[in-house]
Amino acid sequence: MRYDTLIIGAGLSGLAAGIRLAHFEQAVCVLERHTTIGGLNSFYRLRHRNYDVGLHAVTNFTPKGTKTGPLSRLLRQLRFAWDDFQLVPQVGSRVDFPGKSLRFNNDFELLTSQVAAEFPAQVDGFRQLAEFLAAQELGVVTDPDLTARPVLQRYLSDPLLIDMLLCPLMFYGSPTPDDMEFTQFAIMWHSIYREGFARPREGVRLIMRQLVKRYRELGGELRLRAGVKSILRDGARAVGVELDNGEILEADRILSSAGLVETLALCGTQPEVGEAPPRPAPGEITFVETIHTLDCQPADLGHPETIVFYSNRPDFRYANPAAPCDLDSGIICSPNNFQYDEPLEEGAIRITALANKDYWMQSDEAAYTAAKQHWSDQITQAASGHVPDFRARTVDTDMFTPRTIRKFTGHINGCVYGAPRKCWEGTTPLENVYICGTDQGFLGIIGSMLSGIGIANRYALRAT
Amino acid sequence: MNAEEVRQVLLDILSRIVPDEDLSGLQDSVPFREQIELDSMDFLDIVMELRKQYRIQIPEEDYAHMNTMGGAVSYLVPLMKSVSATA
Ligand SMILES: Cc1cc2nc3c(=O)[nH]c(=O)nc-3n(C[C@H](O)[C@H](O)[C@H](O)COP(=O)(O)OP(=O)(O)OC[C@H]3O[C@@H](n4cnc5c(N)ncnc54)[C@H](O)[C@@H]3O)c2cc1C
Repeated sequence: MRYDTLIIGAGLSGLAAGIRLAHFEQAVCVLERHTTIGGLNSFYRLRHRNYDVGLHAVTNFTPKGTKTGPLSRLLRQLRFAWDDFQLVPQVGSRVDFPGKSLRFNNDFELLTSQVAAEFPAQVDGFRQLAEFLAAQELGVVTDPDLTARPVLQRYLSDPLLIDMLLCPLMFYGSPTPDDMEFTQFAIMWHSIYREGFARPREGVRLIMRQLVKRYRELGGELRLRAGVKSILRDGARAVGVELDNGEILEADRILSSAGLVETLALCGTQPEVGEAPPRPAPGEITFVETIHTLDCQPADLGHPETIVFYSNRPDFRYANPAAPCDLDSGIICSPNNFQYDEPLEEGAIRITALANKDYWMQSDEAAYTAAKQHWSDQITQAASGHVPDFRARTVDTDMFTPRTIRKFTGHINGCVYGAPRKCWEGTTPLENVYICGTDQGFLGIIGSMLSGIGIANRYALRAT
Repeated sequence: MNAEEVRQVLLDILSRIVPDEDLSGLQDSVPFREQIELDSMDFLDIVMELRKQYRIQIPEEDYAHMNTMGGAVSYLVPLMKSVSATA
């Protein structure tokens, strides 16, 4: 069998790309190494409970009927109706720093009024910054070396406010430590502050199920347990792939969501020493997450917020920590705190913290299990200033680490936001191998799907 | 297909690409993009849906004809004259 397009990875970007190609009648096959779909945004069942891996909130949420913006573009491109994803908006979120809090929700006015109340001397600058960002064309990189902080400093003089504004945006999308590429920042600003958070009541399963159903209805082929061992080439062109089991599949082109460096390795084209800088490199930012199931709703304990981003230091540090986990900052997310008609059956609190990329890979099995227990307790303790003490109400706890992410997605370092240098054009040294998903530049749930769509349109549909 | 039938084909395609838009008042001589939210990705989809459904190839240099309903209908009628409306 010869395919028009092979897609590596059944995560959000791969499946979205697959839907586009199958819709326009290509012979397309999505190849996934793992036993299930989802990638960084997958789900599992443990001790009779359903868990999501990578869903705190769907960003980029705009209300039904909105005709512009990433969510509506995505739905149109995949021919989904607005109701297909059953997105329910958040209750409200908060950024918590020592002595200062900023609340925000899906109405930008709340954040503006909070800045006015907490940082009165800064609010004019904040408004100008918002205007400047509203005028940006998203995803168009004019200067890859421009980062967010210098731009923020043009409008704001209080370093605390700058760090508080950056904190949620970095936590939800920065592959680089301490500062982020300006383009990435502008995208995240819109997706979190100007648009907002939502969640399907059923979690990520619903989104994944809709994608696979649509893809299959259109005749797309999906193969699980079908890892790509290498990309076969004839000079500068790919001619197909070899699977882990030795099977060979031929194709006119390949779209890969495995990551840039990961894909180059599959091509056998490791970046050469002396190649024009910056050389492609894997990212180093990764996380652990501890997930507590409660016997009550978090709101009943006095925790109504959807997501709390906190830093216990006034200068927010976002980096690969020296310790196994960074206890100075984190994200507290409750999937219960969205505006559902019916509350979720069980309460849950998820706490995410920056994690050392090496520590979690090295431990042996017994030490690993013990470390998970130890650090889950430490993280929960460190977050206790920002959420009422729920520990007595915990009925089950699970934790995932960079090692879990690495194992199930193949991303080097278990890195969630991919390579520090994005490859916005989506091209590789092989003329018919393209990068989609996290390392192309758009990330998050909506972003990675849009990346798959964009790359499929540009290189697999227009060109044919 | 005659002009009226081609127009209906385009309306059907548009209603699938931009289901939230009211297409009933669409004017023939005003660019689509001034009347409905249609970005460049959506625009490309019109071209690709025509190719998928009617095997019509529209070269990129002819895309300009497709900016208005009137322009698109006049451009497509000769290409679709042998297509039967029930196809
Ligand atoms: C803990 C966590 C929380 C998150 N929270 C949110 C959130 O709240 N909101 C949000 O918007 N985003 C969130 N994200 C981010 C979001 O999940 C990702 O940005 C998105 O899923 C990336 O999709 P992708 O298609 O780019 O990559 P992936 O999902 O990584 O897809 C790549 C796929 O390729 C497969 N693969 C790799 N190598 C091979 C090979 N050689 N052969 C075959 N298959 C291969 C992998 O198994 C994987 O399934 C979170 C992520 C994590 C990990």
